[in-house]
Amino acid sequence: MKIKQIAIFMENKPGHLRTICRVLADAGVNINTLSLADTSQYGILRLLSQDWERAREILAKSGFVVNVTEVLAVEVDDRPGGLFTLLDIVGDADLNIEYMYAFTHHVGKSAVMILRFDDPDKAISLLQAKNVRFLSGSDIFGKA
Amino acid sequence: MSSQEKRRDPPFQATSAMDFLPGPQMRELQIARLRKAVDAAYHGQRCGLMKQRMDAAGVKPDDVRTLDDIRRLPFSTKADLRDTYPYGMFCRPDEEVVRIHASSGTTGKPIVAGYTRNDLDVWADSMRRGMIGCGLSHRDIIQVSYGYGLFTGGLGAHCGAEALGAMVIPTSAGNTERQVMILHDLGSTAICCTPSYFAHIAEKAPEFGVDIRKTRLRIGIFGAEPWSDGLRRHIEETTGIQAQDIYGLTEIIGPGVAIECLRQDGLHIFEDYFYPEIIDPDTEEVLPDGEEGELVITTLAKEAIPMIRYRTRDITAIIPGRCACGRTVRRIRRIGRRSDDMMIIRGVNVFPSQIESAILRVKGLSPNYQIVLTREHELDQMEVRVELAENALGDRILDIEEIQKSVGHSIFSITGLHARITLAESKSIARSEGKAKRVIDKRTI
Repeated sequence: MKIKQIAIFMENKPGHLRTICRVLADAGVNINTLSLADTSQYGILRLLSQDWERAREILAKSGFVVNVTEVLAVEVDDRPGGLFTLLDIVGDADLNIEYMYAFTHHVGKSAVMILRFDDPDKAISLLQAKNVRFLSGSDIFGKA
Repeated sequence: MSSQEKRRDPPFQATSAMDFLPGPQMRELQIARLRKAVDAAYHGQRCGLMKQRMDAAGVKPDDVRTLDDIRRLPFSTKADLRDTYPYGMFCRPDEEVVRIHASSGTTGKPIVAGYTRNDLDVWADSMRRGMIGCGLSHRDIIQVSYGYGLFTGGLGAHCGAEALGAMVIPTSAGNTERQVMILHDLGSTAICCTPSYFAHIAEKAPEFGVDIRKTRLRIGIFGAEPWSDGLRRHIEETTGIQAQDIYGLTEIIGPGVAIECLRQDGLHIFEDYFYPEIIDPDTEEVLPDGEEGELVITTLAKEAIPMIRYRTRDITAIIPGRCACGRTVRRIRRIGRRSDDMMIIRGVNVFPSQIESAILRVKGLSPNYQIVLTREHELDQMEVRVELAENALGDRILDIEEIQKSVGHSIFSITGLHARITLAESKSIARSEGKAKRVIDKRTI
């Protein structure tokens, strides 16, 4: 249910993102989706890849500060109010979303949101009770 | 191998009896040697500085009868060596001098040191005894990764290791890949270099497929720059070796003036060769053992340049009492600060080693840092750039902010100053193969 995400620390300087992408390209690692959090000084690149283990290994070897964290992928109806419905349930369950971003491919007729919770296990049990549908790695990578 | 197993004291008979001389006999030896040294400096110095100063103070060499009489003698300083550059302080003719070293002067001319054959023996003997104190013997393979040349580090460690009868590998500094290869392939059991350079070697080793923990390396003898207990713990924990502190200075002889034994409870100063005093740097008054002040050293067995009451600018204290290892030669505390390294930031005295300790208290940071001083709106600003350790950070901006906050707090609690903290990608701060460049002062007065 939980999906491994690679997080990479970057100084906010020209060319740093390019270097990371080149390292991954050279190793033949495909990035399935990504999101970038930034401040004036730093950035944290979060990315999902089927080959996350390899991505971590080669990035660490290339000297990047890299970490693996767990996120959840949730199916959202691709229609007006689809995301609101989900957030309504999350809010009612009193869960805090640390951050979220969209998966770039559709799965069937739905959109996919990537969510990072403080306590993913608690989020899973509370949200599953409300019929929120979580996707597994093979769900999203397999059809991507 | 656990660190407990490594901390065995070496057999006493292997080292010099001088290390175990009872106090009264040591003092007797010291006074005899002191009288000789003062006499040589008074009559022999080419520049005549010592004679001038002693005459001005109304002291003759013969007035030195007890060790306490040393207090009547004038001090020498680095400026004396600079002012009489290059040979002014020499007391022996050129034909008796067999070696020259020089310290890298940060401004202008270097300091030149000369050695007679005997001086080299004294130096090698100090280093040899120091290495025995670190648990080394003729069975060891000692890699010398200090720079060879005018710098005293390389040849100093080299000659000491040879006197010990060890197998010496003179790699000199630099070419880190080759350092790692030699360390692994030749089975070095000990390494001598600056602590920052060893930290760099250890960090790079995995890139060349070597795990230091799996090599035969067990002892590091690190000096030539002040380093914190935090860096020592970092080195010992990440590489499994025991990291020993060594002290010395070109003006006195080079590395090996004082060194830790395996107890790591202060550095034994070879006081049959180097007589230590601690003074209050402002009043120049001699302080009793146990009190902190500036270390002043008088050479007791050096011929080419006998140095009388040399003010080292290093702040330490003589540790009272005898070391558990059994040696009777006294110990000085690890030198965390040299008055030369002192930064004055907004009127506060700060030493790089304090910043290093503060950084290493925070989890997730590497011992690589740089202090950048600037002046903005007439106010000193301290920026501390520090590298994140690999795998240190989470995936949230909050994680960055928390580390920044912890470092800032830690620095504030030690120095009382607010620093701007900049986190850097791992391995992005320039590494040095010799003494690390920790401070960049961009302030203009």
